[in-house]
Amino acid sequence: MRIKLEARAHTPAAVVYATPVVAALLTAVAGGVLFAALGYPPLQALHAFFIQPLSTLNGLAEVGVKATPLVLIAIGLSIGFRGNVWNIGAEGQLTMGAVTGGAVALAFYDVEGVWLLPLMTLAGALGGMAYGAIPALLKTRFNASEILTSLMLTYVATLFLSYLVHGPLMDPDGFNFPQSRLFHDSAILPVLGFTRLHLGAAVALFVVLAGWFVMARTLIGFQIKVIGLTPAAGGYAGFSQKRVVWLSFLVSGGLAGMAGLFEVAGPIGQLQPSISPGYGFTAIIVAFLGRLHPLGILLAGLLMALSYLGGEVAQIELGLPLAMTGVFQGMLLFFLLGADVFTRYRLRLGSPPAAARVAAAADKPKPAGEAA
Amino acid sequence: MDQFVNFMVIMLGAATPLIFAAVGELVTEKSGVLNLGVEGMMLMGAVAAFATTLTTGSPVLGLIAAMAAGVMMSMIFGLLTLTLLANQVATGLALTIFGIGLSSFVGQDFVGKPVQAVAAVDLGPLTAIPVIGPIVFGQNPLVYLALAVVAGVAWFLYRTRAGLILRAVGESHHAAHAIGYPVIAIRYGAVAFGGAMAGLGGAYLSLAYTPMWVENMTAGRGWIALALVVFATWRPWRVVAGAWLFGGVTILQLHAQGAGIAVPSQLMNMLPYLATIVVLVVISRDATRIRMNAPASIGKVFHPER
Amino acid sequence: MSPTPRTDADRTESAPPTPRLALHGITKVFPGTIANQDVSLSLLPGEIHALLGENGAGKSTLVKIVYGLLQADAGEIRWEGAPTVIASPAEARRLGIGMVFQHFSLFDSLTVAENVALGTGDRTPMRQLEERIREVSTRYGLPLDPRRPVHALSVGERQRVEIVRCLLQDPRLLIMDEPTSVLTPQEAEQLFETLRRLREEGRTILYISHKLEEIRVLCDRATILRAGKVVDAVNPREKTARQLAQAMIGSDFATPARAAAAAVEAPRGDGLLEVERLNLASGTPFGTTLVDVSLSLHPGEILGIAGVAGNGQFELLSALSGETLVQDARSVRIAGAPAGHLDPRRRRELGLGFVPEERLGRGAVPDMSLAENALLSRGGGADDMVSRGLISFRKAHGLAERIISAYNVVAGNGARATAKSLSGGNLQKFIIGREIMRKPRILIAAHPTWGVDAGAAAAIHQALLDLRDQGTAVLIVSQDLDELFVLSDRIAVMSHGRLSESRPAHEATVEQIGLLMGGVFETSDAWEADAHAH
Repeated sequence: MRIKLEARAHTPAAVVYATPVVAALLTAVAGGVLFAALGYPPLQALHAFFIQPLSTLNGLAEVGVKATPLVLIAIGLSIGFRGNVWNIGAEGQLTMGAVTGGAVALAFYDVEGVWLLPLMTLAGALGGMAYGAIPALLKTRFNASEILTSLMLTYVATLFLSYLVHGPLMDPDGFNFPQSRLFHDSAILPVLGFTRLHLGAAVALFVVLAGWFVMARTLIGFQIKVIGLTPAAGGYAGFSQKRVVWLSFLVSGGLAGMAGLFEVAGPIGQLQPSISPGYGFTAIIVAFLGRLHPLGILLAGLLMALSYLGGEVAQIELGLPLAMTGVFQGMLLFFLLGADVFTRYRLRLGSPPAAARVAAAADKPKPAGEAA
Repeated sequence: MDQFVNFMVIMLGAATPLIFAAVGELVTEKSGVLNLGVEGMMLMGAVAAFATTLTTGSPVLGLIAAMAAGVMMSMIFGLLTLTLLANQVATGLALTIFGIGLSSFVGQDFVGKPVQAVAAVDLGPLTAIPVIGPIVFGQNPLVYLALAVVAGVAWFLYRTRAGLILRAVGESHHAAHAIGYPVIAIRYGAVAFGGAMAGLGGAYLSLAYTPMWVENMTAGRGWIALALVVFATWRPWRVVAGAWLFGGVTILQLHAQGAGIAVPSQLMNMLPYLATIVVLVVISRDATRIRMNAPASIGKVFHPER
Repeated sequence: MSPTPRTDADRTESAPPTPRLALHGITKVFPGTIANQDVSLSLLPGEIHALLGENGAGKSTLVKIVYGLLQADAGEIRWEGAPTVIASPAEARRLGIGMVFQHFSLFDSLTVAENVALGTGDRTPMRQLEERIREVSTRYGLPLDPRRPVHALSVGERQRVEIVRCLLQDPRLLIMDEPTSVLTPQEAEQLFETLRRLREEGRTILYISHKLEEIRVLCDRATILRAGKVVDAVNPREKTARQLAQAMIGSDFATPARAAAAAVEAPRGDGLLEVERLNLASGTPFGTTLVDVSLSLHPGEILGIAGVAGNGQFELLSALSGETLVQDARSVRIAGAPAGHLDPRRRRELGLGFVPEERLGRGAVPDMSLAENALLSRGGGADDMVSRGLISFRKAHGLAERIISAYNVVAGNGARATAKSLSGGNLQKFIIGREIMRKPRILIAAHPTWGVDAGAAAAIHQALLDLRDQGTAVLIVSQDLDELFVLSDRIAVMSHGRLSESRPAHEATVEQIGLLMGGVFETSDAWEADAHAH
């Protein structure tokens, strides 16, 4: 008896929604096994990772703080991924948004006014957009892989920020520390009570709704989906592939830029060499885990935010290395991609012996040289 | 003259990890699979090589461990994309994220520890020849190994029957399947080779180039290697040319600083990344050439039933 | 035909020879369909045996079982009398079974010799292999240059590569899957010569086709499949094409009703669609360049374009639909307006409807519902499903339901069914219905009934003729000459990126068209040159 994959003509909705949950559970199990193997008590470690951060009000607020950039960026990325446009340089666009928005804050240092935050947000979004426009231009004009160019630009952006805080934007009274002045009050996002949960979270929620509306109801969303699923059908319908590339990069770059600005105008409060623990990359996982659906992304963003916090708690409580967070995130995405196969294929058991022999032989890895 | 020798030696060294990773990825891509996880596999190779060499004292065991780590990473990718038919782009990204996390996790106890670097060869009188000696006969053994791998891959792909089959699978998996070749098995082999070579590239970094382990020490070289494959239009020897070019850029950046040119180091450090973009643009703008050379079924999921 | 039981008598001189291949009760079930049910047949040495049936009758499945690509769920295969399991194509080749595929299993970027080496499992050095290819290909009248890359070959030459690849292994059974669908009539005739020579050498040929005439000319016996079962085994030479067709389709089929010859005799003036000296370099590396293509299409007529696939039809169609823009805007004119620079949507607004060749993946998005697919070629105007950038899914759903009922589309979930869940014929009816519902002034249809079952094909033909009678200008590109003769008022031929002048269909002969398909058009009066020859 052998297990065979068979294409589905129709995918039940239950399967689509169940896979991320299954993937998350499998990750928890695999994580537990990993903890045990490393000599940490698995249940305690999992508790520290996933439950403890949620036990205080402040912890909940912190989940919101970390989910804000993840959700903002992932909504933008999901639009591109739907259209088969692979922006993986959101980290760079986030950095550039922080730079441009932060530069506005520093330019108007000590100038009071309610107009300043909107202006900074606009500058941040435009900065991210402009930076996202580079891979879009290189893709549409020169056919250069957006995956590689957007990623290379991330390194460039990080170096650029480092240059700025070591040079032109360094705090003149900062004893040569590589960081800018602390933003003044008018340039800091209002927060909820005594927490660090800032106005950016509300913006992220709004973006979730807007993202849902665009993808579900508008012609543009439809065009993106058609181009992403079947480019030839998009061409037949008269939808422009280049337009989808541009749109994807401008939207995802803009949102990433805005997320970057919210970080420096929110929890950080100044420009410094490192402003993100890889939100731009983690947002890729968030987008997939959320099934590229805005509401799914909201949930996935909260879960990923929890994994960041959990990593911190586990480090303090059990001395687990912070890098565990990345391992968890990678595993989660693996399990999701693996589980995804069942949305497109169905398992079938059993097939005649002769066929099974051939198929089994074909699945065994052999040196590339061996022919049939 | 010393300057020139110095330049050449460092350039060949800087190019070597790129050659390993790129030529491995080239074989993977020639079989029709796009594995974007090179960066993650290199990091795992780097940390495995370092840890093994530090604990056993044997760099050879370190290299073997690096290859094993690369292969294991690549098999995760193979399982997901070849057997479970997952999207190759997404899986490759996941592999890189996972590799970054896992390597820093595994390597946390090794940060800052010293290891004996793999020594350059010394062929006595040959190495003593001025200029040519140190450049041609005085390199790290891994530098020669990388070139030997390229020669082997070029011979394999274009002179052997197995290489012909591998190219055929990358050209049209449906046709290859119809004739009766085991498409999935061949691709597993090519993916594993890519993993092993990425592991070696990482090992070179942590054992020879900068003999130590630092989190994320590949600094984007895995991605540059991916760009190199495109730059080389999928030809093995052009990978070497491209890698040397990048090695040259890296050196430029070091020497400019040494020569006291007043450009901030951060801006100089952007050079390799900017160069990658420029090179990609120059090569890719000729869309026909890319399409003529790229393996036709690259990145496409193969399901034998249909 | 009942399978001959193998008895001792078989071995005597006078008894019928042992079948080279005998199938007994072969059954193969796919989810939802029984592809083969209790199929038995036997193939003798030195015969050309036809396997006849329409699309979906189970021919391909049966052949794949014989070639080891699929395994039967039940039944027995005997090779030269001995029960055999054919586990893989390599196994089949080892036994002496060769196969020429319908959709070629060639690798474009590799050379002829490399392709042959891959297909034979032959480990002879390349030099020697090249020599043998030259030798075998000349011996059987299939000349080939072993060093040329396959992408530089014509479709007919590619087929030769496949055949030579098989012949090099000295097969005792050669399977040919719809070999003439890609050939000009003259090339087909040449192929038949080769096949007859192979028969004389005592080889067996299993010839799969749904083309009745060529089976009558070529084959010694014919086994007819319908819905997965053997319905008859006959000597095709003793039957008329109509009798064979009835056996194949099962009931008396309706030929589409043509309106009286009121059809336009010689259209005058500017057409609704005008193509004038269109030159277009192909955008794909292995494509065809269009050279000086001109045509004009008038209301109330059907212009058929014949030709072997890969002669520029794809490029012409995408230049007409707007998927490729052309340099000179005036070289494509719709209702007098220069359209060469307009995208597909703007051309639709001018009244163009378009049915692409590739229905799943171009004409429809496989993973989307029929309602969403109805949106793909939406028109402007009052009943547009989109206003101010917002989609009315209610309207899209309504349109899809209307198409489904008007064109008898069988779709499990109605407008909610995904495109990929429909059969080829039903999806094609949906797409053609969608385009006709838009009331186009011009309809362009590429290979409208390719791979479609006979019932759907008849319905599609009728719909196209009705549309013509209502005054729409219709352009049909097809490889199927029978279809073109049934539908067209005028016929033109495409070859090597050029388009011949058109000719009223009732004056054109298969031979003339065949010559033109082969590229024999000394300028435009090839029709004349050939007419004199007759």
